[in-house]
Amino acid sequence: MRVMVIVKATEDSEAGIMPTTELLEAMGNYNEELVNAGIMLAGDGLHPSVKGKRIAFDGPSRTVSDGPFAETRELIAGFWLWEVKDMAEAVEWAKRCPNPMLGPSELEIRQVFEASDFGAELTPEIAEQEERLREKLTKA
Amino acid sequence: MTTREIHQAIETVFRIERARLIGGLARMVRDIGLAEELAQDALVIALSEWPKTGVPANPGAWLTAAAKRRAIDGFRRREMQARKHAEIGRDIESEQASGVEHIEAAMDDDIGDELLSLIFTACHPVLSPEARAALTLRLIGGLTAQEIARAFLSSEATIAQRIVRAKKTIAKADLVYEVPRGEERRARLESVLSVIYLIFNEGYAATSGPDLIRPTLSLEAQRLGRILAGLMPNEPEVFGLLALMELQSSRFAARVGADGLPVPLDKQNRARWDRLAIRRGLAALEHAHALGGASGPHVLQADLAACHARALKAEDTDWERIAGLYDRLVEVMPSPVVELNRAVAYTMAFGPDAGLEIVEGIEKSGALANYALLPAAKGDFLFRANRLSEAKVKFQEAAALSKNEKEKVFLLIRAADCR
Repeated sequence: MRVMVIVKATEDSEAGIMPTTELLEAMGNYNEELVNAGIMLAGDGLHPSVKGKRIAFDGPSRTVSDGPFAETRELIAGFWLWEVKDMAEAVEWAKRCPNPMLGPSELEIRQVFEASDFGAELTPEIAEQEERLREKLTKA
Repeated sequence: MTTREIHQAIETVFRIERARLIGGLARMVRDIGLAEELAQDALVIALSEWPKTGVPANPGAWLTAAAKRRAIDGFRRREMQARKHAEIGRDIESEQASGVEHIEAAMDDDIGDELLSLIFTACHPVLSPEARAALTLRLIGGLTAQEIARAFLSSEATIAQRIVRAKKTIAKADLVYEVPRGEERRARLESVLSVIYLIFNEGYAATSGPDLIRPTLSLEAQRLGRILAGLMPNEPEVFGLLALMELQSSRFAARVGADGLPVPLDKQNRARWDRLAIRRGLAALEHAHALGGASGPHVLQADLAACHARALKAEDTDWERIAGLYDRLVEVMPSPVVELNRAVAYTMAFGPDAGLEIVEGIEKSGALANYALLPAAKGDFLFRANRLSEAKVKFQEAAALSKNEKEKVFLLIRAADCR
């Protein structure tokens, strides 16, 4: 299953205080571990909300407002997308993350919706790759 | 944390660390079965200690250390026994005298990645392809025999036996738990890639059974592919395979209609294609090309998949490029199945007569005689050439050969449409 791991914003991240070299290095190592484990699909950090926009919907009307936004703790400072076997695995990996902020901080894990009705299109092209492979394997 | 929570945490840590742990132990004791037992012992020790002490900061290292202590204890015991036996036999000189030192030296040897060597060992050519797939899923994927059996529609006993026999074969052949170098590495890597792709395809296009797809297996294969790519960042074919799997998996959600029947590529709702998977696939493909892998079979197949992924509408598909790629693929990897795919591409690029010519060549060769998709493809070409009565016969022939229920229904519908 896919999960999004959300790095919650802090006063520091909202103030645009950049991570230290040590933290960048620790995060780099952690990301490498995630990649080597085959679970990381995507991930990035976000600029503070002062550079963000919000678009409010109400019927046909669209109202655009500028950041920064209030409720710092509810804002997002970064995210990963992981492919894990279950939530327990996601939690275990998240616990291994170095503290992503200089002060106290929080990660939130949310499961991503996916099409559960996986299916197959039967062009010869695809189904036959298997046959070809089996053939190759039995020859090897 | 409650004891139950701690137990769950331990089991999850164990699942994450398992493959690396077994890999390191197997290199040390040169026996996969024993390595698995030692890893299991470490889990038991953790289950008794961690609820008292809490989960350690680096649980993976803790488990490794516990398992290695177990290994050395076991070895010392055996060594002592051997010495006693030797004394009885008046043969004081023991060849195994430096056994513990040997293990301690192996512990310090961090050259080569444990996980990588485990993957290479599980995919060794001394094993049958089925055994390689089962062992890889067991050791690296951490799947139980029951899970593997369900995935391959086999019985648990068969899979368990296959795994036991594979371990015995490896022990008997006295394989080295190392990543081979040079020419051997190339040959072995091909076996590794084949096994991962076999697992992927078993999930992607199930050969038999009621469902067309078993996505868990495909996801497992994709994870294995990503692990391999992380461990071998300079092998173009690894990235070719990864790209191929990502690109094909991007179509999962669009491949089956609400009625459970397959939706052909040109009828799929491309809005349901997974853009993230496509982006990842194209990035991996680009990396494979940058590494100089343009003519590798997996890279070529990924190039083919990319042609479909790039077309936002079915009619945008660059069939001439696809036909050209098949021309190259058939040289690198000659097989009647590739020929058949080439025929499909030729039909789409240059008209059904071009495809029929290739298909008739395959028929004449006698290859793929019982292969449902040969008459299915020919039926489609004849249908496109408006030779409907001939097409109908071919679709019926294909339906009779097909072992997949959903595919059978699909082919019979196509036969009924030939009026």
